[in-house]
Amino acid sequence: MPETTTGSAAAAERFEPRIVAFFCNWCTYLAADLAGTTRLKYAPNIRVVRVMCSGRIDPQFVLDAFAKGADGVLIGGCHPGDCHYESGNYKTLRRFQLLRRTLRALGIEDDRFRLEWLSASEAEPLKTVVNDMVEKVRALGPLHLEVPAEAFAAEGEEVAAR
Amino acid sequence: MPTPEHGDANAVRIGVYICHCGTNIAGTVDVHAVAEHAGTLPGVVVAREYKYMCSDPGQELIKADIREHRLDRIVVASCSPHLHEKTFRGAVADGGVNPFHFQMVNIREHVSWVHPDKRAGTEKADALVRAAVSRVRHHKPLETRRVPVRSDVLVVGGGIAGIHAALTLADAGKHVTLVEREPTIGGHMAMFDKTFPTLDCAACILTPKMTAVKAHPNITLWAYAEVQAVSGYVGNFTVTVKRKPRYVRDDVCVGCQECIDACVYKVGKEPDAFNLGMSKRKPIYLPFPQAVPQVVTIDPESCIEFKSGKCKKTCVEACADRHAIDFTQQERIETIEVGTILLTTGFKVFDAKRLPSYGYGTYPNVYTALEVERLLNASGPTAGEMVLRDGRTPRTVGIIHCIGSRDEHTNKHCSRVCCMYALKLAHLVQERTGAEVYDFYIDMRTPGKGFEEFYNRVAEEGVHFIRGKVADVYPTAEQDGRLILQAEDTLLGNVRRIPVDMVILAVGLEAQADAEDVRRTFNITCGTGGWFTERHPKLAPVATFTDGVWIAGACQGPKDIPDTVAQAGAAAGEALALINAGHIELEPNTAYIVAADCSGCKTCVPMCPYKAIGFDAEQGKAAINEVLCKGCGTCVSVCPSGSARQNLFEDDEIYAEIGGVLAHA
Ligand SMILES: Cc1cc2nc3c(=O)[nH]c(=O)nc-3n(C[C@H](O)[C@H](O)[C@H](O)COP(=O)(O)OP(=O)(O)OC[C@H]3O[C@@H](n4cnc5c(N)ncnc54)[C@H](O)[C@@H]3O)c2cc1C
Ligand code: FES
Repeated sequence: MPETTTGSAAAAERFEPRIVAFFCNWCTYLAADLAGTTRLKYAPNIRVVRVMCSGRIDPQFVLDAFAKGADGVLIGGCHPGDCHYESGNYKTLRRFQLLRRTLRALGIEDDRFRLEWLSASEAEPLKTVVNDMVEKVRALGPLHLEVPAEAFAAEGEEVAAR
Repeated sequence: MPTPEHGDANAVRIGVYICHCGTNIAGTVDVHAVAEHAGTLPGVVVAREYKYMCSDPGQELIKADIREHRLDRIVVASCSPHLHEKTFRGAVADGGVNPFHFQMVNIREHVSWVHPDKRAGTEKADALVRAAVSRVRHHKPLETRRVPVRSDVLVVGGGIAGIHAALTLADAGKHVTLVEREPTIGGHMAMFDKTFPTLDCAACILTPKMTAVKAHPNITLWAYAEVQAVSGYVGNFTVTVKRKPRYVRDDVCVGCQECIDACVYKVGKEPDAFNLGMSKRKPIYLPFPQAVPQVVTIDPESCIEFKSGKCKKTCVEACADRHAIDFTQQERIETIEVGTILLTTGFKVFDAKRLPSYGYGTYPNVYTALEVERLLNASGPTAGEMVLRDGRTPRTVGIIHCIGSRDEHTNKHCSRVCCMYALKLAHLVQERTGAEVYDFYIDMRTPGKGFEEFYNRVAEEGVHFIRGKVADVYPTAEQDGRLILQAEDTLLGNVRRIPVDMVILAVGLEAQADAEDVRRTFNITCGTGGWFTERHPKLAPVATFTDGVWIAGACQGPKDIPDTVAQAGAAAGEALALINAGHIELEPNTAYIVAADCSGCKTCVPMCPYKAIGFDAEQGKAAINEVLCKGCGTCVSVCPSGSARQNLFEDDEIYAEIGGVLAHA
């Protein structure tokens, strides 16, 4: 690919974080769709996993992503009061705070795990969030977990139950 | 870690299809490489690329492969599932495979359109396809749910959009409840004198439709009412409506208005909202002569009986044995059941006070266009006479376009109707007063049938057009009530200062102030600026992301009356299609409990916003009512024993997807 040689050469030296993004179907997934239809450009490092509501996001999904090599995890849901299912995002928020504490204990920096409310019309903010997160995680470098993946699963169950 | 548990996941035969979408995807993703990579993934029997997967030949390709290669799982990587998931599920089902043995990958909106770097885009597409391939092997056969659709319809907002939609549905034999928050229906159109480009009299074309609404046996009209809450889902909504007290019984009042004449107030004292405060009304009033319903309203804020309890109540006397006036009337809460909902709540005009340099609110001779519509209207505050607030008739008039539109600081959008209504007002003002009219525009936007012709006509009539944005409006040195409009004429390249008697501000259109609240009540989405968002800008312009709820008219974005009526007809037609089908197919994404694994901890029970989870005390187990479940999956993520599951979003499916996006190629 001659047209990208210089770009790829430079990129090869740069650490490209891999970020798993769990987006709810009704707001943030649509914001990402809108970013596409309006042809915004943002960092290609995120991989979106669609769920119907951010409330579906089991803490174990997040732990599993980190255990399988994600350098960051982004959760995107509807703004407070806007959840397509009334209140799923409030539950997400509560769980997020608990999970963040668990992740800290495991040595995972706050910048690697983000929760963002992004409505269906917020393509521009979505772009900003993704770019910002990619830069911050890039600065942190690859995630080297010292805890075995099984320990993760146990932690996740506890957070979920709360 | 979870293990595959739905059948023998290893024995699946997967077909993968990568769409070029012309150059939309193929331009920035190496589709050939993605297909090649897909072909190497476990379980994949065929992997192809094709120009347009959604086209007939594209779908045929899938069906033929299912037959030839005995495929039982399909992955299509193309656009957003919000666009074509249904299309491909249909093709898969036609091919003889369960439609839910399908997974869609979004490599257009989420990849090719946002990542110009082909290498990075291709790598991401690979990862997403890998994830779908790992996921789809876990998919279970599912069936859509069928729910019946009630034939009754709710229409919210009685402007021309709501009126047209309600009449269309009612003529088709469906019962419609039309809820309007003002005392009368009619919306903005009822305020105009004439309408562009044909200059037909607004009342002549609108009032017959308003009367028809009131007279129609299939329409229940609740004016002076607002929707309070909505619950339920497509086909079966429960709606509570708050009907504000008019203190006049609408079943008895005939609109004779004798009470208004008899009121102890000989003249009105309250600013008349319908005339935008340019006239006064009494505490008992009818907004305008052709109001529908023809029922008067008492304003408790200004009525003496409400304020002191010591009024002579001459209105009651005048009403005599009709006994329509009832000072004890209370707010009424009504509950109705409907299958479909149409939102036609319209717009509001930009508040010109937000731009002080135009002098609105400071100089009495600066008017908004809507005020001028009332001044020109025979039933308006001046009975159609063009007289200024200082009593003079204007001899020179300046019209300024784009007030609160196409501007970073107010609204970025073009309000679409202002150029045309400005031309209309230029024509009418000139016709009525013989005044010299100066029209300041940035660009003249007249796309529409007969619009450009109308512009040419107005130009020929001698209106002076000046291309330039007015920077300032200030009084003349003489302080004679005249104002100077200062603008840079971008065609002549000089600064013009034109003294005028009257300034008309072509104010833009904005979403209603309570659009956010309305949107929440009906669980739909708003885009930038508060306009209600359509399901698809081109292919589903009146549908919303909430099944069973449609939008039409200016609540969706600025538009003129012809476009509003076209949308209202479209929304009514789509609702009718659903009502006539009698039922709707819903996604089978409900949650369920695997009773054998349920420990009876009840963690899930309070998580459900729809009270769909019950607890069987005898068995000591939770149970989900599939009819009430809307499929958010919140209960699933809290279940400590993993016995709460969600169809289409099973844990093993999601773990497989996570593993897939993170696996190294
Ligand atoms: C100055 C001006 C001049 C114009 N001249 C022309 C013209 O000459 N020709 C032309 O084609 N177009 C013209 N237009 C555009 C025209 O006004 C719109 O196309 C049209 O009014 C849109 O109709 P609608 O029913 O969507 O909204 P609206 O007319 O705004 O009606 C909405 C209705 O919904 C009600 N409502 C709002 N919220 C609620 C709620 N929460 N609950 C219950 N009811 C609610 C409102 O009270 C109102 O009755 C003009 C616009 C302006 C501002
Ligand atoms: S649907 Fe978006 S957070 Fe619940």
